[in-house]
Amino acid sequence: MSPIKPTGGFIPRDRNWQPDALTPPYKTSIKRSPQAALLSFPTTLSEETSPVFGHNILGELDNDLILNYAKPGESAIGPRIIVHGRVLDENGRGVPNALVEFWQANAGGRYRHKKEAYQAALDPNFGGCGRTITAEDGSYEFRTIQPGPYPWPNGMNDWRPAHIHFSVFGHGFAQRLITQMYFEGDPHIKLCPIVGVLKSQEAVDALTALLDMNRTVPMDSRAYKFDMVLRGRRQTYFENRKEGL
Amino acid sequence: MTQRLDYLKESPSQTAGPYVHIGCTPNFTGIEIYGGDLGTSMKTGPVKGEEITIKGVVYDGTGTPLRDAMVEIWQPDAAGLFASANETRGQADPNFTGWGRSPGDMNTGEFTFETVKPGAVPFPDGRMQAPHITVWIVARGINLGLHTRIYFADEADANAADPILTRIEHQNRIPTLLAEKSADGSYRFDIHLQGPKETIFFDI
Ligand SMILES: [Fe+2]
Repeated sequence: MSPIKPTGGFIPRDRNWQPDALTPPYKTSIKRSPQAALLSFPTTLSEETSPVFGHNILGELDNDLILNYAKPGESAIGPRIIVHGRVLDENGRGVPNALVEFWQANAGGRYRHKKEAYQAALDPNFGGCGRTITAEDGSYEFRTIQPGPYPWPNGMNDWRPAHIHFSVFGHGFAQRLITQMYFEGDPHIKLCPIVGVLKSQEAVDALTALLDMNRTVPMDSRAYKFDMVLRGRRQTYFENRKEGL
Repeated sequence: MTQRLDYLKESPSQTAGPYVHIGCTPNFTGIEIYGGDLGTSMKTGPVKGEEITIKGVVYDGTGTPLRDAMVEIWQPDAAGLFASANETRGQADPNFTGWGRSPGDMNTGEFTFETVKPGAVPFPDGRMQAPHITVWIVARGINLGLHTRIYFADEADANAADPILTRIEHQNRIPTLLAEKSADGSYRFDIHLQGPKETIFFDI
């Protein structure tokens, strides 16, 4: 018999693991957090389906932030890194054809955005966004510069650890996820009120990428490995079987 | 020590932050790339069914519009079929993507979706659900993306029989899920993160 393919609804989100909506040390959450109980329902077709993104939407430099905004012959300034990993589901299967979008500050910690108020300089060759689509085994990679930490208005002197934002599209709208990747060893991780919304050290570790010397390109770029896990489907050999069959 | 269930944990969510538009709608922020932003248009040609416009604003608990949110919607076509690899019931309208993404208006925060009135899709037990659109909201200050649904005030009969709407304990909150026709012919669907008009959000 062939292995059972997960085709059922999505496994419920673990609300004891995911951050709460109201996390007062992260001040903006106070007025942006729903207070009524969420309405819990098993997923339906509306959440078990999702748009399809073909590899054909990708341009050659979409996953290269060092070059995708740079003038011809120039490149973004900063420590050159490769970020790679896999998008998996909770059953441990690779998620192929997942759209992964990422954005970040430049090496000085400055975003290319008109509301950005940090005095660190813009890099004329760095836009700060990229995207890719996972391969058949769920793997992805992109090249960028290591972003810098930056100050932000929350407490009087709060700084974000260096991080890269990720948006991931799996195969069902229920899997939709946005998160952030941190870098191993960053002393700001344990000080940050946004990291602080995570409920356990295990959850912080799950978002902390390790230096991966095996993927580092000598004399060119260091590498960090960052896997992401999306909700999985129930394995449902019995679920679709009509009673009496 | 017992055996272990070898499931992985879903990656913990973190806020989309103030600059989600750089990552997901970069052209909107002035970063010209990719030949345009994904999800800007839900139609790639002439579509079947009733074409509609949905507008709304995401408000915080003080009644202030969010201008740094991103709203995504996902829905079936007019016949109730999804443009998804997981759709097994038939072929969806090839000119309709079913998916829209909006960064909202730069000044007012108002999002606009040009779409079609969705057809009905079944609940897992086979009963039909009222026509609806799935909505996902992320922004600075939102630690985990919020799911809700747009139902239509002018689908009263279908709404009255909907398996989810009929099981909501506080029936007086159902209007928070209903898009209402405005004077200009578009549907209005405002989202209130908090307060007396707080939208019903789904754990789904
Ligand atoms: Fe950031």
